[in-house]
Amino acid sequence: MTKKQKKVLYRIILSAFLLAVLSFVPVEGPLRAALYLIPYLIIGYDILRKAVLGIVHGEVFDENFLMAAATVGAMLLGEYVEGAAVMLFYQIGELFQAVAVGKSRRNISALMDIRPDYANIEGENGKLSRVDPDEVEPGTVILVQPGEKVPIDGVVLQGTSTLNTSALTGESIPREVKEGDAVISGCINVSGLLRIKTTKEFGESTVSKILDLVENSSMKKSRSENFITKFARYYTPAVCGAALVLALLPPAFNLLAGNPAAFDTWVIRALTFLVISCPCALVISIPLSFFGGIGGASACGILVKGSNYLEALSQTKYVVFDKTGTLTKGVFAVTGIFPAADFAEKYSSYEDAQAGLLELAAYVESYSNHPISKSLKEAWGKEIDAGRVSGAEEIGGQGVTAMVDERQVAAGNGKLMKTLGLSYTEGTGIGTVVHVAVEGSYGGYILIADVIKEQSKEAVRALKRAGVKTTVMLTGDSRAVAEHVAAELGIDRVKSELLPGDKVEEVEKLLLEKRPKEKLAFVGDGINDAPVLSRADIGIAMGALGSDAAIEAADIVLMDDNPQKIALAIQISRKCLRIVYENIIFALAVKAVCLLLGAVGIANMWMAIFADVGVMVLAVLNAIRCLRVKEKA
Amino acid sequence: MKKTYKIEVDCAACALKMEDAAKKVEGVKDAAVSFMTQKMKVEFEEGTEESAVMKQVVKACKRVESDCEVYV
Repeated sequence: MTKKQKKVLYRIILSAFLLAVLSFVPVEGPLRAALYLIPYLIIGYDILRKAVLGIVHGEVFDENFLMAAATVGAMLLGEYVEGAAVMLFYQIGELFQAVAVGKSRRNISALMDIRPDYANIEGENGKLSRVDPDEVEPGTVILVQPGEKVPIDGVVLQGTSTLNTSALTGESIPREVKEGDAVISGCINVSGLLRIKTTKEFGESTVSKILDLVENSSMKKSRSENFITKFARYYTPAVCGAALVLALLPPAFNLLAGNPAAFDTWVIRALTFLVISCPCALVISIPLSFFGGIGGASACGILVKGSNYLEALSQTKYVVFDKTGTLTKGVFAVTGIFPAADFAEKYSSYEDAQAGLLELAAYVESYSNHPISKSLKEAWGKEIDAGRVSGAEEIGGQGVTAMVDERQVAAGNGKLMKTLGLSYTEGTGIGTVVHVAVEGSYGGYILIADVIKEQSKEAVRALKRAGVKTTVMLTGDSRAVAEHVAAELGIDRVKSELLPGDKVEEVEKLLLEKRPKEKLAFVGDGINDAPVLSRADIGIAMGALGSDAAIEAADIVLMDDNPQKIALAIQISRKCLRIVYENIIFALAVKAVCLLLGAVGIANMWMAIFADVGVMVLAVLNAIRCLRVKEKA
Repeated sequence: MKKTYKIEVDCAACALKMEDAAKKVEGVKDAAVSFMTQKMKVEFEEGTEESAVMKQVVKACKRVESDCEVYV
């Protein structure tokens, strides 16, 4: 509790005590009024002051005014106990709200808190001093001890360790780092001491960018939030008007009909009406729900840039994927080794022949830095002994020839085989084919392809389960590859051989095709998809760890490479929106019923307090549910 | 030019009022108040003196919600 809240608590205790004492004091008349005025003023002086200030500043209709009017009215009518008690309960409710909201606000903020507090700099005598990360210049050497957060992006100068990225990605897959590796701020250093040379300022580091994004997320308001703002603007004056009518009209009728006016009864009913009508529950619970949803999502490594995007996400019916780097890993890997029959005969088993072919290919390509050569070397997996290779020669657009273990080896595409005058097998698989020839005879081929991520298939299925109507894949890759991947994953539509500009066009076509209430999300790896990300209703960038461009261009950022998070994000948004609507309907319904009961005199001030404070408390508790994310299988 | 300021405000409705009030101040292009993070983000018009505009923003906020605090 803050100091302010404690003060209110003392006032509540004091005035409750006084009210209890006064109920045993048998006094009547002006003295009674004066005595009850003491607890009333103790508990309500600030509300009265704010109400007066509000009127002076032309802000007449707010909840302070409602409470002041209701309780002053009750006091004037001689209902001292009710006047003071209503004020007392109102303050209890407000205090509860402030404490509950403050607590959940801090809980959610803590979830998102990845801000490093300090950076260690080594002094001349080897002593560590802690400095504000903001003051560290790029190029400074900082020390990160086990258990500490990496405060600034940089490169490891010395030391090896494991980094925990779970604060950023929501996944606790440790990342191994050694000398020369780039490290991202916000990760927690688990095992060893790291000496890091910073490459960026703190303000430009990943952790700052993410923090900035999260902190600003509640600034972008959703339609539901804007609705409440507008609603509150007309609601309070309307209720005050209705209360005035309720206080004046029935007595006027009574007088006209020749009955006693019964002013007291109707004024009390009008005052009850005012107490019931406070719009607090709505005004507090809606932003809290969205904040909880955004907080819950960010704990799973899903950063949502605003409540409006969370709202849009819940209506997603079209999900458009980029292929490379999104559904596939975006790196080439050997997917098949097919030695020719003649070649295989020289080996004792087919497996040995495969290994032999791969070894030759890896050696002949060992001088090249082409992605395909790298994938061959990676698949071979052993240290390349440079002494075994000589006379490597690259033939542009065809491949490489070299002497490996004193044998003439050639590796390349079909054109190279033709140049060498060899007959070769056409590869049947999907991907890039590398043919290998040894001493002038055909040895077989190796198939290299971009690999589909393990989670992609399940991700597409989960989206369908989450109610996504159409999944589309856009790619610049060849038709054969695109259709193969789409069929493998169960994607509905494919557009292949697209240039980057064509992707925007395709998305625009889809935007025209869908109904206005249906939203289209584009998922890309954020490296070259910026125009499409901003064109789609919702731009989702994935694998954003370390990519500033993606964080800036997208509306929703998935911190890791897992496409399954898209369906999870949709689930979170649906739950959040459901809670928002529950709260709107629940609060309005209870208020409407209580208002009616109050108008006809069934509900009294006590019930009015429940309608105000009780509904608010329930709505706040409901809103906090948004924070909890349950992963559905 | 955008800047974010720390604020202190007790209720969500009051935060909305502050946002409305800040938006109406001359020199303010747009303003957003987040009750949840207790922050106010102000976008200034080109060529305006930030500190002068912020003084007016604080004044406007105090008018609508006497209990609020804006840390400029």
